[in-house]
Amino acid sequence: MTTADLAAVTLTLGITVLTSVPLGRYMARVFQGQPTWLDPVVLPIERAILRLVRVAADDSQDWRGYARSLLISNAVMWIVAWTIVTCQAWLPLNPDGIANMTPALAFNTASSFVTNTNLQHYSGETGLSTFAQMFMVTFLQFVTAASGMAALAAVIRALGGSRLTRLGHFYVDVTRASVRILLPLSLAVGTIALWQGTPMTLGGAVHATTLEGTPQIIARGMVAAEVAIKQLGTNGGGYFGPNSAHPFENPTPLTNLVQTWAIAVVPMGMVWTLGVMIGRRRLAAVLFSTLLALFVPLAGIAIWSEAQGSSAVAAAGLAQPAGSLEGKEIRVGTAMSALWATTTTATSNGSVNAMHDSLTPLAGLVALTNMWLNTIFGGVGVGFIGLLIYVVVAVFVAGMMIGRTPELLGKKVEPYEMQLASLTLLLHPLLILAGTAIACVVWTSTADPSTALAWLKNPGPHGFSEMLYEFTSAAANNGSGFEGLGDNTAFWNVSTGLVMLIGRYVPILAPLALAASLAAKPAAPDSPGTLGTDTATFGATLWAVVVILGLLMFLPVAVLGPIAEHLMS
Amino acid sequence: MLLELFRAVVFSAATLLLFGGAYHGLLWGIGRVAFPAQAEGSLIRRADGTVVGSRLIAQRFTRDVYVHPRPSAVDYDASSSGGSNYATSSPDQRKLVRDRLAEVQARERVAAADVPSELVTASGSGLDPHLSPDAVLLQVPRLARARGVSAERVRAIVQAHVEPPLLGLFGQPRVNVLVLNLALDDAFGSPAPSPRP
Repeated sequence: MTTADLAAVTLTLGITVLTSVPLGRYMARVFQGQPTWLDPVVLPIERAILRLVRVAADDSQDWRGYARSLLISNAVMWIVAWTIVTCQAWLPLNPDGIANMTPALAFNTASSFVTNTNLQHYSGETGLSTFAQMFMVTFLQFVTAASGMAALAAVIRALGGSRLTRLGHFYVDVTRASVRILLPLSLAVGTIALWQGTPMTLGGAVHATTLEGTPQIIARGMVAAEVAIKQLGTNGGGYFGPNSAHPFENPTPLTNLVQTWAIAVVPMGMVWTLGVMIGRRRLAAVLFSTLLALFVPLAGIAIWSEAQGSSAVAAAGLAQPAGSLEGKEIRVGTAMSALWATTTTATSNGSVNAMHDSLTPLAGLVALTNMWLNTIFGGVGVGFIGLLIYVVVAVFVAGMMIGRTPELLGKKVEPYEMQLASLTLLLHPLLILAGTAIACVVWTSTADPSTALAWLKNPGPHGFSEMLYEFTSAAANNGSGFEGLGDNTAFWNVSTGLVMLIGRYVPILAPLALAASLAAKPAAPDSPGTLGTDTATFGATLWAVVVILGLLMFLPVAVLGPIAEHLMS
Repeated sequence: MLLELFRAVVFSAATLLLFGGAYHGLLWGIGRVAFPAQAEGSLIRRADGTVVGSRLIAQRFTRDVYVHPRPSAVDYDASSSGGSNYATSSPDQRKLVRDRLAEVQARERVAAADVPSELVTASGSGLDPHLSPDAVLLQVPRLARARGVSAERVRAIVQAHVEPPLLGLFGQPRVNVLVLNLALDDAFGSPAPSPRP
């Protein structure tokens, strides 16, 4: 790794952190219904949608109503998605003659995109028509990201309120998030992508005759539009199989920089949004610093590990000054691939610019760790909701340690809230560990599994990691994969489809109920006896709680998979 | 409940048209007007209009007169791209690396320690259009031999095609293999049907 690489990584992170502050403020204005400078363009669209769904801009729901709207709208979108992919052969805009998806694959795909996961058990250029890419994938990349942001807006209002039962209206929030935040950002990122070489054509694949005279079929499509929102909405689902490793999706170092920025800036901005909306900017700064203190060491490990090179290449006697290049692209380089791998898993995005299956074992462990925690900035909206659960637990732990009633923002944290927090926290490891355990049992109880099941591309601990990664990615609604896993089978389609649905809606609904319960309580004014949450001490406590509670349960599987692989190579 | 269902259906329909339709239409229009070549996939055409390839997509080169790109896990199939997904610990990967190294060494007549690792590893997309300058310069003596020209002249063309990192920081210095091979054909004559960039 060179100093230029280090400077590039630092600059990328620095730019993203700095720009997240004004974006966070802007998002707070949007969710508070205040005027913004984009209003002349976006307000008419917003008004039109709200008029159509017969909701007034100042309507408000209690948490149950809010949750009901979210669930029912998502259910309708699921049906739309499933219908489109199972009928795409008969629908227009299918220049490459893509066939309909099988019901099991369609179940997985619809669940994947409705839950903002974007796990892909198909490969873009052979699995989806242009119509499906536009009207299923990209459509859902906007509205499901906005659903997560809306849920966070409701949770934030609840945390800031005193004796509050109305948390805003789901349709107002989801419309504003998609129209006022995601749409303008996507148009900007999409235009840069186009300028740099990302295609935007209805023409389908082009047939070329190469310089040496052999035929080459080059898949194309409406790529730029999807690339922009896949990053900004922490969706991650790419137009082509290799995602942003594909030169069309990520043609230059500039697009790589812009996309890395786009992956993290909205989740980062959400932290500042909280600070503005509840009037506690210091708390936001403490939370942001805590998250950065988790992110930076993990990114450091990944970058360092990738710079060491691949053991397979070293064994052949090659020097690897450029790091481990299997599964990576020259224009991107190893350091920016490792930064991306860290960012995309920390934020629940799941897009990749290098093949994660070919990452060095410790960089793979970083990716897994990020998804196990699933809260280092996290997915737009939902990631930060996850952090708030850790905050509740940290407040509880700190309160117990010093013998005081645990309070969060002046509200007493009581058994009901702790039950909901525990449910949310325990569900994640349960889904991942139970899922992986079942997959292992199926594997070991099948005769000659490597030909009968043909799941695993790689033997030994890495094969285990491939199964572990798939359930981790599904439960974390991430969507990246160790793609050596042969995952388009009934077992993987159904199991991860279910895990994605549970892993999406329980961690939205339980915290919403928790926040609503806090909101209904009267807020006590701060007193000298108050346990301050906006101090460095609390930040350190929170950091420790996240690491200990979030990671301890995964230590055994980490040892069985990536750590064993690292020690063996 | 009925109102909720109504709202869900209407909202889905409205946003489906907005984000599936209008949003795409707008970016498609921007592409048409401002970036027509990029929007169509940065295609390179011959004088007669037939497509040679895309400047962003690697293609297979096997002849000695051409620079060879990185290995591809999908054999440069741009309709079904992908990486190898081999783990660094995979025994198959070890064997593959050794085989590729032997091939490169035989072709370029160089020591193993001089071979840049990108020439023995597959890219993420299988379509990586670039090589590092070192990986191209390694091939210059063979190119010069095959074309019957001096290595200096080939090297000069290579140097002229090195793209620096953005601001000297972002990305790696790199050479576009297809563009370079077209330039070599332009300078020294092409061994096959004459393509024009």
